Amino acid sequence: MSKQSVELEILRYDPERDEAPHFQSYTVPYREDWVVLDAVNYVKEELDRTLSYRWSCHMAVCGSCGMVVDGEPVLACHAFLRDYPDRIRIEPLHNFPVERDLVVVIDDFIDKLGSVKPYLVPKEEKDVEEGEYLQKPPELATFMQYTACINCLLCYSACPQYALDESFVGPAALALAHRYNLDSRDVGRGAREDVVASNPGVWQCSFVGACSEVCPKSVDPAAAIQQAKIAASGDYFLNLLTPWKRK
Amino acid sequence: MDSINTDVAIVGAGGAGLRAAIAVAEADPALKVALISKVYPMRSHTVAAEGGAAGVIKDNDSFDHHFHDTVAGGDWLCDQDAVELFIHDAPRQLTRIEHWGCPWSREPDGHVAVRAFGGMKVERTWYAADKTGFHLLHTLFQTSLKYPTIERFDEYYSTDLVVADGRCHGLTAIEMKSGQVRFFKARAVIIATGGAGRVFPFTTNGAIKTGDGMAMAYRAGVPLEDMEFVQYHPTGLPGTGILITEGSRGEGGILVNKDGYRYLQDYNLGPPDPWPRKKAMELGPRDRLSQAFWHEQQKGRTIGTDHGDVVHLDLRHLGEAKIDERLPMVRELAMSYVGVDPVQAPIPVRPVVHYTMGGIDTDINAATRLDGLYAAGECACVSINGANRLGSNSLTELLVFGARAGRFAAEYAAGQAVGAAPGVDALARAAEARVVDLFRRADGDENVVALRREMNEAMEDGAGIYRTEASLRSCTERMLEIRERYANVLLADRSNVFNTDLIEVLELGSMIDVAVAMASSALERKESRGSHQRLDYPDRDDDRYLRHSLAHYSPTGQPRIDYREVTITRSEPAVRVYGGAAE
Repeated sequence: MSKQSVELEILRYDPERDEAPHFQSYTVPYREDWVVLDAVNYVKEELDRTLSYRWSCHMAVCGSCGMVVDGEPVLACHAFLRDYPDRIRIEPLHNFPVERDLVVVIDDFIDKLGSVKPYLVPKEEKDVEEGEYLQKPPELATFMQYTACINCLLCYSACPQYALDESFVGPAALALAHRYNLDSRDVGRGAREDVVASNPGVWQCSFVGACSEVCPKSVDPAAAIQQAKIAASGDYFLNLLTPWKRK
Repeated sequence: MDSINTDVAIVGAGGAGLRAAIAVAEADPALKVALISKVYPMRSHTVAAEGGAAGVIKDNDSFDHHFHDTVAGGDWLCDQDAVELFIHDAPRQLTRIEHWGCPWSREPDGHVAVRAFGGMKVERTWYAADKTGFHLLHTLFQTSLKYPTIERFDEYYSTDLVVADGRCHGLTAIEMKSGQVRFFKARAVIIATGGAGRVFPFTTNGAIKTGDGMAMAYRAGVPLEDMEFVQYHPTGLPGTGILITEGSRGEGGILVNKDGYRYLQDYNLGPPDPWPRKKAMELGPRDRLSQAFWHEQQKGRTIGTDHGDVVHLDLRHLGEAKIDERLPMVRELAMSYVGVDPVQAPIPVRPVVHYTMGGIDTDINAATRLDGLYAAGECACVSINGANRLGSNSLTELLVFGARAGRFAAEYAAGQAVGAAPGVDALARAAEARVVDLFRRADGDENVVALRREMNEAMEDGAGIYRTEASLRSCTERMLEIRERYANVLLADRSNVFNTDLIEVLELGSMIDVAVAMASSALERKESRGSHQRLDYPDRDDDRYLRHSLAHYSPTGQPRIDYREVTITRSEPAVRVYGGAAE
């Protein structure tokens, strides 16, 4: 017999009412083509108007609905009920303070994103009337993968290093820095090194690779960080060998 | 109540809002910008645009072509002075975000590549694989971090414009993490809140597309223009409404009915071969393709599914390599959400509400008739989209007119004082009181979810792809009744912290006002033009309706509709011709 319903155990926390987070259970219908977000929306629409969470696009591109489902950080709009057992535990992303229910405070990430200077520092300033910077497909291909990050923060939720030390700049922000560093139009690597090559930067990463495993967009931040380590080591040895070039 | 003083307040931090913020910062670094959005910028729905952005750069193309494709695509309801300005600025704006790092797809020699979209004589759509909106939004957001004068207020839900002495002095917004209402005192305000697709039940639009900015301007006395024109995108996934980009047809995809027949040839879009061919068959305009689906459905030639009738979008002949290079997200979406790998099988698709051509009435400088208030992007009506937007003009529009809104708002703001008019604080407190009342109201028997569903049903039943006097009259009446009942809606969640019940109630209020404006404008337009198709008035009527409708808010709910002439500079209205006859 096919499944009729599933039970969701959702972490609830309202700082105005609750001393501590607790789980609340809801029974929702089972539908073969439902994602976890559909089930959570069912709770919100039919069972409990007080449940808070973020969502918008329902197509895995806006990055709003990251949650921890049965222990794994996922996009709720991209995790299918059919892949879970009859009882599903839903928590907010780990490693961030809980604002309310499934909503976490992400100010720390937003600050870190800005800290890596995630914008193009052009080789030569060019007027728009002179047309585009040329960039051949193989040059584009070197960094395209690292542009795919949707800032959903699953990687921060999975990262053991960020869990230990929140000063760690973290996977998404470092991958984005790497994306600009690799861009053939960009010369901003030096300006980003203060953060990227610092101790809270790439060197804190212990290369567990959890970030890349949970990434819904196959960005592979772990690879970006390892490549950035190699680049930063190159700079270090180059500085030793050519002290006259130091700033 | 806390106030925040700023120079230019921008509501909405998607493509248009971010572009406007950067334009203000570049125009005048002495001006402070408050960029206010109910979501973090990268969550904005610009992120979901897939196919690309139109701008003339190739030698085989011309400004004339872009002009005529846009004006004919809009069934001559576009203001041609606005289109003229738009097409000329388009390549500059697209190049500018290239300079800011947007990873546009490239030709082998390193120049930006273009692809074909529907209704285009020559391919001119710049694209970044099939995630163009995503890349454009993230590039703008990341670039905006360079400018210290842009201060963001993420997760602030804007409720009301503050208007005194015929001028906009700012707005009130709820800080979602605390539930507190703030007064943003500003010299100028730009609205950039996007569309209102959520008024309908089946839409490509994300949950946040609830027309809040349109409703704010409307209630403040700025008319909503051409609201009867709602675009159905011909290819959405059944059930979810997830968009499958027109770029998939631009790359050569075909549409077939249950007999495997390319049915578009029966609707003045053929002959089917040779293919692909510009402005023909699957590269006809969106309104015509969505209408053709409706006719196929009437003839019983569509394919029934649990989520309604569909036709098939077949990409198999493109081959795996091309699909992965040009349409990776389409492949991923189809596999995830309908269990179909387009390399192996056709994708089930059906028309889905996608875009609001209408919006806040603005001039070509993005200024509204209310001093100090500007609007840009999908929430605005300039109008370059007329009765049917040409695919891939909207991403370009939010750059061109977002930048213009920023520039002209900056110019205006520099000459004004902040919070100078008497009584503005009282107005802001009154707006705050309306939110507090919702919290205090103990009685009320209406439920936000039920009302939202009824609104969705009323709009789909009465104001869908084909409309009649009777369907629109009934729709308008139902919407006005829903509007009355909305006054009795009961808030179930009384927490101050991230109260999404409250936000959904306020969003529903916005949607109801927008929906009434849509239905009423549609009822009054007794002709068929572009996306507005009346079974009882099947022909275009230029004598009576070559005019923009303007819906003016009234506290009773029923808007007053009047009209304004369309600006025609060099293209007199003619028959829209697609398919073989267009060559």
